[in-house]
Amino acid sequence: MSDQHTQTQISSAEVHEVFADLHTRYGVRGLEEKRADQAFVRTDRDEAVAVLTHLRDRHGYTHLAFLTAVDQIEEGRFELLYMLHNYELRHDLGVIVEIPREGDGCSMDTIHRMWPAAATYQRELREMFGIDFPGSPRLHEDFALEGWHDLPPMRKEFDTREYSERTYYARPGRTKTDTRQHMKDTIYPSEAETW
Amino acid sequence: MATADTQTRRYQEPGAPGNAAVVNPDPRTVTGPAGGTGQGDVQTVDGQLRILTEELKLANADLRSEDRGNFCDHPPEVIKPFRAFWENFLNWARSESLWILGFGTGCGAIELRPLMTSRFDMYQYGIQGRPTPRQSSVFVIGGYASVKTMKRIVRSYEQMQGPKFVLGLGSCTINGGMYWDSYNTVNRLDHYIPVDVYIAGCMPRPEALLAGFVKLKEMIKRGECEGANRYAENFEWYKANQKRIIKNWDMPDYNW
Repeated sequence: MSDQHTQTQISSAEVHEVFADLHTRYGVRGLEEKRADQAFVRTDRDEAVAVLTHLRDRHGYTHLAFLTAVDQIEEGRFELLYMLHNYELRHDLGVIVEIPREGDGCSMDTIHRMWPAAATYQRELREMFGIDFPGSPRLHEDFALEGWHDLPPMRKEFDTREYSERTYYARPGRTKTDTRQHMKDTIYPSEAETW
Repeated sequence: MATADTQTRRYQEPGAPGNAAVVNPDPRTVTGPAGGTGQGDVQTVDGQLRILTEELKLANADLRSEDRGNFCDHPPEVIKPFRAFWENFLNWARSESLWILGFGTGCGAIELRPLMTSRFDMYQYGIQGRPTPRQSSVFVIGGYASVKTMKRIVRSYEQMQGPKFVLGLGSCTINGGMYWDSYNTVNRLDHYIPVDVYIAGCMPRPEALLAGFVKLKEMIKRGECEGANRYAENFEWYKANQKRIIKNWDMPDYNW
């Protein structure tokens, strides 16, 4: 009964068809089929908005599920992830866009004209990662943080523990317990013999 | 790109020489509520913070100058207790009608709901919720307090009329709990507002919360819950701590 709601209506061949179309038009690469109903592709920054528009208007991926960023600090770049959903096919398609994480390059074209709600995601990304989205409405207003003056806290070079110790008054005497050892010794001593 | 310079500025800010005031000195070496605060102590902390003027009025330095006249500039005052018999009677009355401010500041607020139900029935202890700080005498801080919430907590706490009591519910109010190394969660609630009773646990059960209320009642009857007076006595210390984390302080220094 629930199959009808959860099962994807798209076959792998069709996903490859969409991918081939995107590859021909925009040079999209790196198809990863994580699940039957979920796949990821990679595209260049300059083509990203065109790819998203094409997916929305031609392939039925009308819903922007979320927009987020992954900090790949070792490789010196952010990965922006646009997760799109196709209601008819019940299929998720993630579009991954790599942008440099430093300097002027750390910016991306806004998509708030395609999905107005994206402006909120972009505000959050600007605040938490420092990614610029020129033209996005209310971009430089505070979103979740108020009066934040430090590094954007979701960037990996931001040392949250050091910041916390510097800013908030840690109560002395905090100890750490090894969870596994505690379960062995205190909570499940009899079962622990068989571990 | 028009916004690129804004971005660069934000990145460089922590290390920039002009931003030295943001860097916090070690709070433990500065001053504490137990040691009492001289008037000059806070001002020497980072050279910029002026809570009180020379005439012992609130400086309200973060308000725009045209707004300053709209707000009261009297710091809170210590209210001396009445003579023994009257104070005991008043304390008994206070302890038997604890009205909670209906402001769930964290996940712990979910433990307040069962208290309203017949199973736990907080009304039998003379406890009930109120919608406004003006009518409340108990502030239950329900778990973690982020900096953003802290601003509202301070504002609400100051608007409550004395005598007022604070319950710290959950581990997060004691030492930050599981968010102790987070960038936005305060570790010790008692550095920002005075706390009467802590209830440990993550989350504490409603029974624990009731036990905390019973404990609070006993303390009130013994005349030990002088949080509002502690706040007034160490006003500058509390204010300095608050202003060190609440960077966009756009309200008067004391919210009547």
